[in-house]
Amino acid sequence: MLTRLVFAGQLAFTLVVAAFLIVPAVLSMLAGVTVNYFRGIRSGVTLEWMVEVWELYAETIVRSFEVAFATLLLTLIVGVPAAYALHVRQGSWSRLIEEIITLPLAVPGLAIALALLLTYGGFGAFRGSWLFIAGHVVFTLPFMVRAVMAVFAAIDVKTLDESAASLGASPWRRFRDVIAPNARPGILAGSLMVVTLSLGEFNLTWMLHTPLTKTLPVGLADSYASMRLEIASAYTLIFFIMIIPLLIAMQMLGRDKRSAA
Amino acid sequence: MSLAARFRLRAAKAAGSGTAFARLCLVPLAIVVAAFFVLPMLGLIEVGAGGPKGMAAYAAILVEPRYRSTLINTVVLAAATTVTTLVIATIAGLFLQRNRFPGHSLLVAMLTFPLAFPGVVVGFLVILLAGRQGLIGDISFRLTGGKLVFAYSLGGLFLGYLYFSIPRVILTIMAAVEKLDPWLEEAARSLGAGPWAVHRDVILPALVPAFVASGAIAFATAMGAFGTAFTLATNVDVLPMLIYTEFTLAADLAMAAALSVGLGLVAWAILALARSFAGTTIAAAG
Repeated sequence: MLTRLVFAGQLAFTLVVAAFLIVPAVLSMLAGVTVNYFRGIRSGVTLEWMVEVWELYAETIVRSFEVAFATLLLTLIVGVPAAYALHVRQGSWSRLIEEIITLPLAVPGLAIALALLLTYGGFGAFRGSWLFIAGHVVFTLPFMVRAVMAVFAAIDVKTLDESAASLGASPWRRFRDVIAPNARPGILAGSLMVVTLSLGEFNLTWMLHTPLTKTLPVGLADSYASMRLEIASAYTLIFFIMIIPLLIAMQMLGRDKRSAA
Repeated sequence: MSLAARFRLRAAKAAGSGTAFARLCLVPLAIVVAAFFVLPMLGLIEVGAGGPKGMAAYAAILVEPRYRSTLINTVVLAAATTVTTLVIATIAGLFLQRNRFPGHSLLVAMLTFPLAFPGVVVGFLVILLAGRQGLIGDISFRLTGGKLVFAYSLGGLFLGYLYFSIPRVILTIMAAVEKLDPWLEEAARSLGAGPWAVHRDVILPALVPAFVASGAIAFATAMGAFGTAFTLATNVDVLPMLIYTEFTLAADLAMAAALSVGLGLVAWAILALARSFAGTTIAAAG
């Protein structure tokens, strides 16, 4: 009897917490397709707000995707070889490098943005999307490196590498034919994370943006401050539609890994 | 030369060029991190000390009453967020890891879903909950006739910080509960310990490393979170908002730089401390 009661109490508590997280998200999605939020969903369902958002903010959505994919490309080029090097050459230097690349996770985005502005803000051309990409790369790189390193640690890539070496394969061939293909699950997990974080990055981006270069989260903040609730909600709905598939893919990938382990 | 010797020689050669190759692999990383993180951050530290106040700008965070009260506000808010999140996440995490029932995985998905929601969006969700047209206000109006609105105050900020801390901390706690040794609990129970004693003396102490690791992340994230505070804005005095206003409104670059270096140092120190205590931690966006 008592255990039943404890179970029910814990379940109720957990459900309340889940409701706290889910209800506002659902509210905002509904508000985005409601004719008049103040009168509620009874006032009718419409796609008018979504169309209006597209007219107002399409540019920010396109730019966000451009920045996210440029960031992904750079983190792949920089992060995957680095993860390999850090894995095969473990030592105090590697630990120091790992420490430095994970620092941007501790240092608030605001500080990184200010630092980037002070260093590169003077170069006119650089104030465009390029500075966003630099900031996003610094901020997302540790996730790529860690995801790939985790896979290397799990599959014992060192032995694979050494056996390929004993067969006379050059380092570059080993990297291309042995290391990179084996790192695929880590590269996929890291990529999903990088794109999701880049699409949602606000702290850095807000400081670096100009009126002509807004990304989606910057546009969101703008709409929260100056647009009616329905438009802000419709815009948020578009953002959810963009990132929710990425989040689901990440959860499924995580579940596969857990069931395989 | 014997076949085996030739084989070994070839492996040694490949390993030698492997060292050079591994170094080469780090070159792109070194360039990117130096150009876009290390050098700009060093520049920021220098600018912070280069204002009219000189090095004293760094002390101003602690000495000047306006900055100090903001710092205290921020630390108290972050600490309250951390403690509340840990309590909520421990109850829910223990429950979810220990019980299987229909809808279990859906519930876990719901609790971890907002993991990557940016701070601005979380701020907007808080407005929908506790803002002028919010759900809480609606319900309180129907129940008591008074409209409860607290989105734009410290309470709203607290709610927002809880919103983005809970999913992260729940994941860490669930993973830690999964790794607990069930035999320890079994042993305690066979020695006559009741459920409450088992929790107090066996389960919770074993979870301490997870509390420290995830608590440090929650604290550091809450200290530096800008998006939520920015969306809720108005009359909330927290460090990231102060840095932003110093930079944009007061145009006091040196002070903004000094404050952000201070904020970065605090956040980094907390994570480093927690890591030395509890193994690895990894933070994410706020």
